[in-house]
Amino acid sequence: MPTTIQIADVQRLIAAGAQLVEVLPSNLYHDKHIPGAISLPLEQLDAKSAGHLRRDRPVITYCHDQQ
Amino acid sequence: MSARAAWRLELLGFDRVYRYQPGKMDWMAHDLPIDGTEANVPRSGDLARHDLPTCGPDDRMGDIASRVKAEGWDACAVVNAEHVVLGLLRGAELSADLEMIAARVMEPGPKTYRPYASLQTAAGYMDQHGLNGVLITDSDGRLIGMLRRVDVQWPQGDLPPVETSAAGSA
Repeated sequence: MPTTIQIADVQRLIAAGAQLVEVLPSNLYHDKHIPGAISLPLEQLDAKSAGHLRRDRPVITYCHDQQ
Repeated sequence: MSARAAWRLELLGFDRVYRYQPGKMDWMAHDLPIDGTEANVPRSGDLARHDLPTCGPDDRMGDIASRVKAEGWDACAVVNAEHVVLGLLRGAELSADLEMIAARVMEPGPKTYRPYASLQTAAGYMDQHGLNGVLITDSDGRLIGMLRRVDVQWPQGDLPPVETSAAGSA
């Protein structure tokens, strides 16, 4: 089960090498995103697109807000 | 959306998946850096002044008023030990009985905006309500500063309708 985290955990995990993934549509990513985040829109998230992520590092997903 | 993505990644075999549920708005509400084509568009947090005087709820108005005036301000945020905004003192409140404490005369629960709120939105609100400044707080209600109307370049009466999505509630 994915673990829900807050901002302090996000910062700690990023510092430890976690991969940050924005799952919003790519136009919203291009407008504004958290530094270092990768764009992987939910509707395009499959085995092929996820293949760009490293499996040996944690992954953090985020979108706009509490959605 | 981030939950479904996280679950899908687990289904695809990723075993350390986290979900930052509060998301991008929370990140921006903490006044942290952002990238992207709109990253350099000034927002309320960028122009907020961080030298707004603060006081505690039990501070005496006589002490507060003289300090605020000496610092060249006409407003003072009432905050607790965690720097969470409890209230606001401005014109009328700052002229209150000098022996009163701040908690008794402050405007409780003043309107606040998050730092990512557009300048148009915050300035529009100030114009509509005849205010010369609004408080900017993070998503936990902690004070970041005050956005002054004079620091926003949009001329009065030339602003789009006020949005409410970036208004604070913390």
